[in-house]
Amino acid sequence: MQIKHCGIETALINKKIYMEVFVMILGSDTCWLLICSALVMLMTPGLALFYGGMVRSKNVLNTLLLSFVALGLITVEWVFFGYSMAFGKDIMGIIGGLNYLFLNKVSFAPGPYASNVSHMAFMVFQMMFAIITPALISGAVVERMKFSAYVWFILLWSIFVYNPVCHWVWGKGGWLGKLGALDFAGGTVVHINAGISALVAALILGKRKGYPSSQFIPHNLTLTMAGAGLLWFGWFGFNAGSALGANNSAVLAFVTTQIAAGTASLAWILAEWIHIKKPSTLGAASGLVAGLVAITPAAGFVSPMGAIFIGLGAGVICYLAVILKGKFGYDDSLDAFGVHGVGGIWGAIATGIFATFGAKGLLYGNFHQLIVQFIAVISTIVYSGLMTFVILKLLQMTIGIRIVEEDEIMGLDLSNHGETGYKLL
Amino acid sequence: MKKVEAIIKPFKLDDVKEKLTQIGIKGMTISEVKGFGRQKGHTEIYRGAEYVVDFLPKIKIEVVVPDDMVGEVITTICESAKTGKIGDGKVFVYPVEEVIRIRTGEKGEVAV
Repeated sequence: MQIKHCGIETALINKKIYMEVFVMILGSDTCWLLICSALVMLMTPGLALFYGGMVRSKNVLNTLLLSFVALGLITVEWVFFGYSMAFGKDIMGIIGGLNYLFLNKVSFAPGPYASNVSHMAFMVFQMMFAIITPALISGAVVERMKFSAYVWFILLWSIFVYNPVCHWVWGKGGWLGKLGALDFAGGTVVHINAGISALVAALILGKRKGYPSSQFIPHNLTLTMAGAGLLWFGWFGFNAGSALGANNSAVLAFVTTQIAAGTASLAWILAEWIHIKKPSTLGAASGLVAGLVAITPAAGFVSPMGAIFIGLGAGVICYLAVILKGKFGYDDSLDAFGVHGVGGIWGAIATGIFATFGAKGLLYGNFHQLIVQFIAVISTIVYSGLMTFVILKLLQMTIGIRIVEEDEIMGLDLSNHGETGYKLL
Repeated sequence: MKKVEAIIKPFKLDDVKEKLTQIGIKGMTISEVKGFGRQKGHTEIYRGAEYVVDFLPKIKIEVVVPDDMVGEVITTICESAKTGKIGDGKVFVYPVEEVIRIRTGEKGEVAV
């Protein structure tokens, strides 16, 4: 089909196989996927700034590093075995095999996931998702988690949580994908997965010393706004890139991404304006991220008006979720659960309601889709919650996960890394 | 010689500096400080969580002047820094034992 698409089908007859391969790959699609990979890569530094501005100044470097270290660690993990675990030959619908170990057989030829781009381009695009997902969890554990324990945690979490759940939804033969669960760009795989793990991690790790009576005021919201801007920009790669080509699906995902982020940001500050009489910059930033999270599973399936409703819901629901956190008293420090967990769940369910392109949701008469979405949400919540609990308890019993009180008061920048973010003279 | 130290509202700094220059002071040192008096702090709200911030940002001005200028400097600061609302700040006056200009070694009022 791709050969015909190129309009040179006759020229290919009797050509060597590798020739066909190069013609089947579309330059435009490959170009788009590589650009999107770079965009998604930029989201991790964006997330680092977004989180970095919200902590106290003595912990800013540690918070930045929690995201940046994933860029190193998960890159290597993905090359060695992560990609194979997620996208290798299916084993009983739950995990990929080891046929792509060390990227063996991941070549310039198209892989099983996209016939229009080289397998290697698909691999690197997916790598960026594997990197940012554990980094999202860091928002719940900042200012008190031992750095070494965090590094072990995200490695084990990637192996035992991300790779399997990624396979379930996107791997060929994965059980949630076969069930018909819709997840355009990672609402379940990335956001619910990271959000629930963040909640569990915050509960196991305990509150920061002095929380909530002391001052936990963001030290530099200008960093946070810059980070939010980078996240929004990078998210076009995340969502529109998930179309795996420069096509109409990418156009739709791009448009719905913009609409949902804008609507949610507006909804959040309006909610604040009504509730506490003051619209805030942190509210605008939080709202846009909530909107981006919520549209992620739906991006290529819903109409522009559907995206308005999804964004509106995300802004209001996530605002209520972070307010309620105060009532429950757990210390999800930067609201990784309140924004990514809650926004992700809303997005996954909303996909089952508003889907109309390529699949039909509840509004278009397909009640079954909503059920499937619920199954995907609940199984992800149960699995990632349980596994995160087990991994953190094991680390707690072996190397310990929390820094000593003296180091916590001094700040992690100095105690764990021997440096400080700001110097007066 | 006396040192006049004034804690004022940050937005009043330009007015105070201009008026003090007009009456002929030779120099001043300022710092950004935080503190509270009767005004107490204010509240800040982040993602719905309310925090009471005890210390408010203020500007501290330090001016060293000959004894005969002290009265005029105090009046000038009080007039130019006043808004009439709570939180306008305070003026403190201290005796200064000695002033030395590092470059020349001059001492006393000529060094001010």
